[in-house]
Amino acid sequence: MSAPGKPVLEIREVTKSFGEREVLRGVDLTVREHEAVALIGASGSGKSTLLRCIDLLEEIDDGDVFLDGETITDPAVAPVAVRRRLGLVFQAYNLFPHMTALENVMLGERRAHGSSRAEAEERGRALLARFGLEGREDDRPDNLSGGQQQRVAIARAFAGRPRALLLDEVTSALDPELVGEVLQAVRDLKGEGMTMLIATHEMSFAREVADQVAFLHEGRILEQGPPSQVLAAPQRDETRRFLSRLLEAGRA
Amino acid sequence: MSETAVIADRRLEREAAKRRRHRRGQAIAALSSVVVIGGLALWVLTSPGWPEVQETFFNWEVFKESFPEVLDGFWLDVKLFVIVEIAVLAVGLALAVLRTSRAPAFFPFRLLTTVYVDLFRGIPTILLVYLVGFGVPALRLSGLPTDPVVLGGIALGLSYSAYVTEVYRSGIRSVHRGQRDAALAVGLTEAQAMRHVILPQAIRRVAAPLLNDFVALQKDVALISILGPQEAFRIAQIVQGETFNYTPLIAAAILYLAVTVPLARVVERMGGPEGAVR
Repeated sequence: MSAPGKPVLEIREVTKSFGEREVLRGVDLTVREHEAVALIGASGSGKSTLLRCIDLLEEIDDGDVFLDGETITDPAVAPVAVRRRLGLVFQAYNLFPHMTALENVMLGERRAHGSSRAEAEERGRALLARFGLEGREDDRPDNLSGGQQQRVAIARAFAGRPRALLLDEVTSALDPELVGEVLQAVRDLKGEGMTMLIATHEMSFAREVADQVAFLHEGRILEQGPPSQVLAAPQRDETRRFLSRLLEAGRA
Repeated sequence: MSETAVIADRRLEREAAKRRRHRRGQAIAALSSVVVIGGLALWVLTSPGWPEVQETFFNWEVFKESFPEVLDGFWLDVKLFVIVEIAVLAVGLALAVLRTSRAPAFFPFRLLTTVYVDLFRGIPTILLVYLVGFGVPALRLSGLPTDPVVLGGIALGLSYSAYVTEVYRSGIRSVHRGQRDAALAVGLTEAQAMRHVILPQAIRRVAAPLLNDFVALQKDVALISILGPQEAFRIAQIVQGETFNYTPLIAAAILYLAVTVPLARVVERMGGPEGAVR
């Protein structure tokens, strides 16, 4: 594990409401270079919303998000340029169904990053091969298993050489026997020093891969620290209750 | 008898029963068709007025004589149909994109598009043909077209673009919002997301309803006959006036059917939910 470096993502006092419903009530979180931060918390605790806010798919109400020290949530900042520096992987994959696996991975390269067709194709093929999808380049998403689709989605998010990858419950939509192959892909990225913020329900995976675990509860980070601390010896009652509920469900 | 032999026997029995059911089904379908269709035909053919109807609507001599003329006029229908259809597809797409865009600068266009769609979908096409066909030349403004074929085509285009805008729009709205999110997340602009991700999916989904509107437009081209151009229906009417025989109208009907029926079959082919996606 390379030593965590300077902060890549800094989230400061971020709030976000949908109508009357306050989803984020002042979130503070830092993700350093080469670090993987696991974001845990019950469904509806705001994990997805936080990731969407960081990728500027939702506009925050208040607070700041900094990417490499530069505010990205200022209304004057162009969201498109920010999104080109980040990668987001969705729970439901959200692959483009009318495109092949290769075209899915190439689209951002071609249209957002201005690569030539040949360059984008070469990189697309290399990325698919790297995530174990050699030979599936010309398949459309509906001919791929859930695990394969999610690996295409990870390759797609990674193709733009992001500063940080945001992973939103990337295994929750998968059949249990397909979870392993997707986690392996994330593990590989971690091995290469990718900076990642990972919303997850897989506690054993968080324990293994994450440098930091942050527990999001009712729109705030209640507890944060290395997995050995947060997962093995939580300080807060809420964290303890959340973990024991997972344990009962056989997920921890 | 061994156990496997029993199983094989049972299977043969089942297959024989299946074949018997199938044959019986076919026999019933054939009998029922003969009874229903034969009955209807008998009912019409034995009606007191049939000999007269046959003479005035289904006269072979008149048909042979008028068909080439009507066919001549039909080419105008086909040409106008093709040109108007292409224009409608382009205009409808542009208006649908305008109507669904969220950019604040497009607000006036969104408003105008909504008014346009409401207005032109609400007015009967035949009325539009009258209004444009006779109203525009009456303005006597230079630069505006006066050719009735062009004016009729414009009226049809105005009417059908309003429908087709709504068809496209429903397609755009049916594309899951996660697709836009994913397109933005890989760094595309809103316009690129529309062009590369949303529209290709939307258009595939509405291909069948769009073709449906083609069929309708193909028939409605006959409405321009009101303005005088010698298209198939108009010529059929003229010949009918000369011969006091309605057979030319049947000739025109057959020509319209020759285009609309194959189109309808294409629509059916695309009807399946997956068929439309591929």
